Amino acid sequence: MAGLTSSQTVGPFFHAALLRDGQSTLVAPETQGERIAIEGQVTDGAGAPITDAMIEIWQANGAGRYDHPADTQDKPVDPAFHGFGRAGTDATGHYRFETIRPGAVPGRGNSLQAPHIAVTIFTRGLLLHVTTRLYFAGEALNDTDPVLALVPDEAARRTLIATPVADRPIPTYRFDIRLQGDRETVFFEI
Amino acid sequence: MSEIFNEIPAGTHPAYASPDYKSTLLRAPSRRPIRLPQTLTEITGPHPGADVIGPTLADFTRCHGGEALGERIIVTGRVLDEDGRAVPNAVLEIWQANAAGRYNHPVDQHDAPLDPHFDGSGRVTTDADGRYRFQSIKPGAYPWKNHHNAWRPNHIHFSLFGPGVATRLITQMYFPGDPLLALDPIYNSIPDADARARLVSHFDLDVTESEYALGYRFDIVLRGRHATPMEL
Repeated sequence: MAGLTSSQTVGPFFHAALLRDGQSTLVAPETQGERIAIEGQVTDGAGAPITDAMIEIWQANGAGRYDHPADTQDKPVDPAFHGFGRAGTDATGHYRFETIRPGAVPGRGNSLQAPHIAVTIFTRGLLLHVTTRLYFAGEALNDTDPVLALVPDEAARRTLIATPVADRPIPTYRFDIRLQGDRETVFFEI
Repeated sequence: MSEIFNEIPAGTHPAYASPDYKSTLLRAPSRRPIRLPQTLTEITGPHPGADVIGPTLADFTRCHGGEALGERIIVTGRVLDEDGRAVPNAVLEIWQANAAGRYNHPVDQHDAPLDPHFDGSGRVTTDADGRYRFQSIKPGAYPWKNHHNAWRPNHIHFSLFGPGVATRLITQMYFPGDPLLALDPIYNSIPDADARARLVSHFDLDVTESEYALGYRFDIVLRGRHATPMEL
């Protein structure tokens, strides 16, 4: 077996290389599905905002199908939705995406996963990116989701649930990411 | 029958908590990540096109109407999986400091000159054999505030999307014979010595172009796959 290539930190100087206008908007006018926004703040172990993070998201389309050859489900592909977004954090540690609410996708065996978004965080000080999942508050399938069930502690599980934000032009969910310390986000090894 | 990505051998990736690299102190998660058996979400992943990440740019040595200063280099290699199979059509995003050790970035205040003809970033895609190639300028070493008299070894940053979320990789390529490698807490955060050595590129006279540029070879290996009886 060839030896795997190791991870190194993204460092502080990635912006011009990796970030471009439009990457945080996953939707086009023709995209099928319920439009939502996701916003949040990334903070460190002292509660200070992390202003040099990059967040990537990956999700299924409104019907619960990934735009990827390994997804062979009999569900429609949406040519106007590819499911990838990227955003940098701003001077206050905040990020924002405009996307659609993903449909449910199957889990292992005969299980069904609750609608969710894969979230990956890169920043100076992370030698290997961290990976988590965003779920939606009030979603009935959350109670039987096999991945949420891996998180035994109720308070820890809450770090994975995005909550509605009032008074926004489109339905908006807040998903804060705390890399360390009080209410530290649950991360997954995948 | 589906295919899932192999487990990552211990010692390949740095520990999050690597206290010699000071930025980890408040940013490394304090709890172990929870192992998530891969599902459709993890075995699939993005393959963003030029409309999202930008057009191919494989020559960093000239921009804004002139040629960059410094020692020209050609960097080439293959993106493979652990079984040695080529990963074709893989996107690589690349960035680096200029020859003087300065990034084209507002946060970089190192007192070294910017080069008006060097932006220091680009994007290439692997061919059917998994091969990529770009030409650039050898990046300079630069000081950072991690500890007294700390200098980063010469390096080039690489970001890759493999076939799935589980193969996402950001790493750094180093240069052979660099005396700063032994002193660098980021490089030395990788526990396994063989894994560390794999981040050092190889000088290659066959890649070197006469009267033009030195050649370096750097292969990148992403997680391989194996079949699972589990329906994903």
